[in-house]
Amino acid sequence: MSHAPFARRLLTIAASERYGPYIVHRAADPDGPAPAPGQFTMLSAAERWGGGDDGRPFLARAFSVARHLDGEAHYLLEDVGPGTRRLCELEPGEQMWALGPLGRGFHAPHEGRRAVLAGGGIGIAPLVILADTLTRAGTPASAVILGFRDSERARAGRLIDGAHLATDDGSAGHQGPCTELLAAELERDPHAVVYACGPAPMLEAVRSLCAEAQVPAQLALEAGMACGFGACFGCVVPRHGGGYLRVCVDGPVVAASELERVVEPGQAERVAAV
Amino acid sequence: MTVSFCGLELAHRVINGSGTFDIHAARRTFGAALDESFPFAAFVSKTITLEPREGNAPPRLWESAQGLINSIGLPNKGLDAYMREEVPLLCRLMARAPSGARVPAPLITNVMGPSARELERLVEACDERTEVAAIELNVSCPNVSSGLDIGADPGELEAVVGATRARTRKPLIVKLTPNCADVAACAAGAQAGGADAVSLINTLRAFALAPAGAAHARGPWLGGRGGGLSGPAVRSVALAQVAAVAERVEIPVVGMGGVQTTEHARDLLDVGATLVAVGTESFRDPAAATAIASAL
Repeated sequence: MSHAPFARRLLTIAASERYGPYIVHRAADPDGPAPAPGQFTMLSAAERWGGGDDGRPFLARAFSVARHLDGEAHYLLEDVGPGTRRLCELEPGEQMWALGPLGRGFHAPHEGRRAVLAGGGIGIAPLVILADTLTRAGTPASAVILGFRDSERARAGRLIDGAHLATDDGSAGHQGPCTELLAAELERDPHAVVYACGPAPMLEAVRSLCAEAQVPAQLALEAGMACGFGACFGCVVPRHGGGYLRVCVDGPVVAASELERVVEPGQAERVAAV
Repeated sequence: MTVSFCGLELAHRVINGSGTFDIHAARRTFGAALDESFPFAAFVSKTITLEPREGNAPPRLWESAQGLINSIGLPNKGLDAYMREEVPLLCRLMARAPSGARVPAPLITNVMGPSARELERLVEACDERTEVAAIELNVSCPNVSSGLDIGADPGELEAVVGATRARTRKPLIVKLTPNCADVAACAAGAQAGGADAVSLINTLRAFALAPAGAAHARGPWLGGRGGGLSGPAVRSVALAQVAAVAERVEIPVVGMGGVQTTEHARDLLDVGATLVAVGTESFRDPAAATAIASAL
């Protein structure tokens, strides 16, 4: 894994591409170390960060690096709140603060295991750089399965060549959750290792599917976090066997076996709430 | 050209707030760069308790207007593991003085306990370790018998500080709670009990309601129910409390609360603080304290 420079740095947006409601910002990052697939960056807009309704956003937001090519970092964004909205607005020439690369990324497949990639929605981002990296290493993914809500969002499926698509409404590719395609794939090839990223319910389905099929899985988790480098202890998820993992430094990529289940923030058991 | 604080010689006037920086995790993330450009003139540990704590159930964070509400719950390995595993790794940090000279950044261990007796044990353990340069008492903890925060009552605070004072000759800093009727009176109580310095403000008690729209009744968002507010939102409150405390006591004051820039740090120094701590801003930029200190 790459170490991050010990300070945030300014990146200038070079270009932006739209994929339905998603945006890929390509930002010049000449000083940024090449990230390992699965590592992430904390991003905030250099201007008007905090000037919105309710005095938000205030904290930077975590984004997986989707690509790191020719001195440019690519980030996949969707407007889902005040922070992502402000970042999505940025135009070429405007700047954002970046701290990273952070966290632990994906591990290469063990000898003899073929990589199967499963992504959901905005969670396809780390699979883009992973697919690139596996191809360059001469061990391309044997299958890439991407699930989206609808055909508009499924446009982002073009970010990975040869991906099989699934949509909730059937407007592109298979109708149904992408885990149905994943189940079929694991039946066909039990010597797989699954790399997955997506919303918590999808990751929980992947985790339970892989546990049943006895296929190892690496899951890239998402959690709200204040810092991204282990300082705030805010981004924890329950660890299998007790205690918590910090998503930022113990993850964001964790072995599925490290979790009892994938829980959505806000739905974790509130054991300390009594 | 160092700064004297309770007998310690520091590279500059900026330290960290307890629980806002994790050295091990930062070394993993930033590698050698962390030690080469360590931002703080002294390092304050996260709060250490007698027994290990897992911390609160998630969610633990809520972004508010220009601030952060946290309900972390003081996760730590407990006193024994802290002394055995962490202290040896925390005691060799070096800060850079304005002259460019490298000056040791001493370790200040922050401890919390629900009774004077437990705090005495924690303080004794710190006293025995040469690597621990000073001790900070977190008194934002409910008393086991009264249920009230130890630090919120001047008389009780004086008694607790007096009891722990007897257990160490190391500098004893009392981290005051802002959630009290009269913080200056509490500071005076800490001073009367024998504190060498006070630090403030800790987070302001706060609450976040789960987002609207869920089918069920809206409850607390945070797993620990209540939380503490920090960040720019508390800066004016911090300035008022630091000014009130500095006016009341003779001992040095460590001021903190929403410091993001050199100007904010300067404000706290100008109302009487000797040192300034940076906390939440380090979450946004781990090197924030470096920039603040270098322009002071």
